[in-house]
Amino acid sequence: MRSDRRSAPPRGERAPLGLKLAALGAILFLHLPLLVVFLYAFTTDQATLTFPPPGLTLRWFGLAWQRVDLWQAFSLSFQVAAVSTAVAVVLGTLAALAVVRGRFAGRELVTLLVILPIALPGIVTGIALRSGLALTGLPFSFWTIVAGHGTFCIVTVYNNVAARLRRTGRSQIEASMDLGADAFQTFRRIVLPGIATALLAGGMLAFSLSFDEVIVTTFTAGQQRTLPIWILDQLTRPRDRPVTNVTALFVIAVTTLPILLAHKLSGGGEREER
Amino acid sequence: MPPTFRRVANFLFRHPRGALALLLGPPLLWLGVVYLGSLGALLIQSFFHVDEFTGQVVRSFSFATYAQLFSPANLDIFRRTTAMAAAVTIAAALVAFPLAYYMARYARGRVRSLLYLGVILPLWSSYIVRVYSWKLILAKEGIVSWLFSAVGLSSVLDAVLAIPGIGGPSLSFSTLGRFLVFLYIWLPYMILPIQAALERVPKSLLEASADLGAPPGRTFRKVTLPLALPGVVAGSIFTFSLTLGDFIIPGTIGDSSLFIGQAVLRHQGTAGNVPLAAAMTVVPMLIMAAYLAWARRLGAFDAL
Amino acid sequence: MSAAAVRFVDVSRHFGEVRAVDGVSLEIADGEFFAMLGPSGSGKTTCLRMLAGFEQPTSGRVELHGRDVTDLPPYERDVNTVFQDYALFPHLTVADNVAYGLTVKKVAKPEIRRRVGEALDLVRLPDYGARKPAQLSGGQRQRVALARALVNRPRVLLLDEPLGALDLKLRQQMQTELKAIQRQVGITFLFVTHDQEEALAMSDRLAVFNQGRVEQVGTPAEVYERPRTVFVAGFVGTTNLLVGDLATRLTGSGGPAAIRPERIRLLAPETPAAADEKSAEGAIREAVYLGMHTRYTVDLDAGGELAVVAQNLDADAADAASAHGRRVRLAWEPSAVRALVG
Repeated sequence: MRSDRRSAPPRGERAPLGLKLAALGAILFLHLPLLVVFLYAFTTDQATLTFPPPGLTLRWFGLAWQRVDLWQAFSLSFQVAAVSTAVAVVLGTLAALAVVRGRFAGRELVTLLVILPIALPGIVTGIALRSGLALTGLPFSFWTIVAGHGTFCIVTVYNNVAARLRRTGRSQIEASMDLGADAFQTFRRIVLPGIATALLAGGMLAFSLSFDEVIVTTFTAGQQRTLPIWILDQLTRPRDRPVTNVTALFVIAVTTLPILLAHKLSGGGEREER
Repeated sequence: MPPTFRRVANFLFRHPRGALALLLGPPLLWLGVVYLGSLGALLIQSFFHVDEFTGQVVRSFSFATYAQLFSPANLDIFRRTTAMAAAVTIAAALVAFPLAYYMARYARGRVRSLLYLGVILPLWSSYIVRVYSWKLILAKEGIVSWLFSAVGLSSVLDAVLAIPGIGGPSLSFSTLGRFLVFLYIWLPYMILPIQAALERVPKSLLEASADLGAPPGRTFRKVTLPLALPGVVAGSIFTFSLTLGDFIIPGTIGDSSLFIGQAVLRHQGTAGNVPLAAAMTVVPMLIMAAYLAWARRLGAFDAL
Repeated sequence: MSAAAVRFVDVSRHFGEVRAVDGVSLEIADGEFFAMLGPSGSGKTTCLRMLAGFEQPTSGRVELHGRDVTDLPPYERDVNTVFQDYALFPHLTVADNVAYGLTVKKVAKPEIRRRVGEALDLVRLPDYGARKPAQLSGGQRQRVALARALVNRPRVLLLDEPLGALDLKLRQQMQTELKAIQRQVGITFLFVTHDQEEALAMSDRLAVFNQGRVEQVGTPAEVYERPRTVFVAGFVGTTNLLVGDLATRLTGSGGPAAIRPERIRLLAPETPAAADEKSAEGAIREAVYLGMHTRYTVDLDAGGELAVVAQNLDADAADAASAHGRRVRLAWEPSAVRALVG
C-alpha cells in the first residue's frame, strides 16, 4: 500500500542546489549576527565597532565582573524570572489539568485566555498593564514586573503539560484510584511523575522567556532595570560597549541553555510545544 | 496521608464541579484580574483625556483622545509603521519559504532536528541581544561596510544609502537598516508555520500530480504553493502584528521618525499621557483584528 | 440474598437524552465467573464502571456484599479492575506496579515483597519484577495488570474486555489461565466482553446486554439453547430467525421463533423424517465448506429459507461443491424451536 506518510521525505531524493543555497542562506542569516556579538566581546577596540577587530582580549570580562549596576540588573532579572516561572508552573499546571481532564464547556476559551498574553504584541500587554496601574494608582515594584512576566509565561507550561497529559490518557488515573489512592495520592504518585519532564521543559522555557523579556518590562518596571533593560539603556553609550558585549554574550548563554535542555526534555521531538 | 486529606478528597470526588473550580480558579483569577482587567483598563483609559491646561488626566468619557489620532503627525506614524510591517512581511515570506520548504520536504533525521533547533533557538533566545547585534553590524565601521569595500562595492552601498525614504547617513540610521533588523528578528515566526503547512501536504498529492504528467514546477505552483498559503498567512500574522507594536528596533536603528510603539512609549512615560498611549495602541489592535478575520477565512488558523 | 457478591438494583445511567443503562437489575453470587456480554454501546461497560466507582448511576443503587456502595469513591470499594489497555504505570517497575495498592495502604515492606512475589507467581511471571512495562509484550502486561489487581485480595475482580488486544492463540490460552486462576483464588470474577464465544467458554453465568437493558441472564447452556428474545438468539451463536408466514408454517404459531442451524437434519428427499420430527422439503441454494462442517442455505418449497449446519462426517469439499440445486428433506425436533419475545 502506498504509504501516505507526510513528514518523511523519500530516501535518496536530493534537493536542487538553488534551494539548498537559499535554505543555507536563511540559516546563516539567522545565526551569524549572534556570532558577531560573540566576536566583539573579545575585541580590543573600545568602541567595538570596527571590523575586523584590531585585536582580541579578555579584559572586558574582568571589567564586567566588577560592575555593580550589572550585578544588580542580573540579580533582578534572575529573581523576576524565578518567581515568574514559579507562578507560571503552578497556574499553568492547574489550568492544563482542568482543561485536559475536566469536562466542561468553554475549554477552548480557557486555552485562548492562556495564550492571549503571548499572542497579542508585547506593547498591548505592556500598555494594558500600565493602564491598569494608572487606573488603580499602584506603584511600580518588583511585583508589577512579576505580574507581567507571570502572565505571559503561563502558556509555555500550559502547552507542555497539556500535550503530555493528552498523550497519557485517563485510564492510569482510574487505575490508581481503583487500587486505593485518592485524588491527592494519585496526583503525587502517578500524575506528577508523568508530567515531570514536561513541567521542567515548560518551566525552563518560561525562565528563558522572562529573563529575556524587555517590551512588557519597560512598561511595568518604573525605575528598576532588569538585564535586558540595562542592555537597552547601553545601546547609545559607546564607552560602555565592551561591557555591553560581554553582557550580551552572557544573556545569550543564559537564555539558550534552558531552551536546549527543554528541547531535550521534550524528547528532542520536532513538534516543539510552544 | 492524614485522614483530613482523604476527607477533602472524598468531598472533591462527590463534587466534581468544586474540584474543577479549585483547579481553574487560581489561573482564571490571575488571568482575569491581571490580564483581562488590564485590557479593560486600557480601553477605559483610551476614553479619558488629558486636560490641555493642567496636564492632568481627566477621568470622564470622551472621544477627544481618539480625535487626536487623526492629526497629520499621528497619521504619518500609522502609515509609516504599517508600510514597514507590510514590507517586512513580504520579505520574510520570500526568505523563509526556501528554508521551510527544505525542512519540510528534504531534511530528515538529525539534519532535520538540527535545522528545527536552529530556527527555534533564535526565536526563544534573547531578543534584545539580537537587536543589539545589528547595531554593531550596521555601524559605519562595522561588518557590512567592510564587506562591501572588500568586494569593491562600497559605491553601491553609498548609492543605496542616498536613496531618500529608505537610506540615511549610514545603515544604522536608515529605514533600510530598520527593515533588515525587523526581517532578521521576525524570520523564525514565518519559517515555522510555513514548514508546518508544507509538512501537512500529503505526499500522495504530489505523486498524483507527477503521475498525471505535471512537471515539477507546475506541481509546485498548482499544488504545493496553494496548500502552503495558509502557513504563509499564519506567519504573516506574527510578522505584521509584531512590527506594528515594536518600539525597540525603530528606537535603536534608524532615524528619529517614530513608529507606533515608540509614540505609545513616549506618551505613557514622561509625557504622562496614558490615555493617548492607550488610544494609539487600540489602532494596531483593530488593524490586527481585521487582519485576523481575513486570515481566518484563508484557513491560516489551521496552520498555526 | 445475603450471599450475593454484587447487586445492581434498578440501575440507570442517563446522559441527557441517551440512556446508556436503563433499569438494570442483576445479582451475581460469590465465587461466580460472570460475564456481561453485548455489542458496543449496550451498557455493559458502563455497568462495570459504575460498580468500580468511575461513574455514578443516575438512579438505582449498587451493592457489594450487601453494602450500598453507590456513593463511594473507587478507592473505598473492595473491588479491583483489570483495564482494557492494562493501564500500567510506565514510570514504575513491574514489582512496584503490582505493589501499588499495598504501598498506598502502607502495608509493611516485607509483607509487600512477599505478596508481590505470590501474585507474580500466580500469573506465571516470577522473575519479571525488575522490568519496566515498556519492556513487556501485550500478554505479559495483561498478566501484570491481573497481578496488580489480585494482590490486594479484593472480593470481586472486574475485567474490562481483558483479552481484546490479544491474538487468537494467546486469547484462547489466557481464557484457560483466567479460569484456572479464578478457581485457585476463589473470588468473584466479573468480566465484560463483546465476544460471545469467549463468554460461553469462560463464564458460569452470563448476562446479555442490549441497548442499556439486560435481555437474558443464565448459564451458557440456557442462553444458547433457550434464548428468550430475538436479540439474544441472534447475538449468541447463529440462528434461523422465523417470523410471520414462515413461523406459522413451521411452528404453528405466528410469533417469532428460532431454531439453531445445527439442530436441523439434512436428509435425502426419499428418506422420511422420524416419527416425532417435523419436516419440510426444499433445494440447496448454497453450500459453504468450512473444514469441520459445511453450512448449507436451503430454499424451502413452500417459501422462505433455512440455514443448516452439518458436520462433515461422511461428506467432503467435493460434496459441498456439487450440492448446489440438490433436493433435500429437512427434519427437526419441535423442541429445538424456541419461541422468542421481542
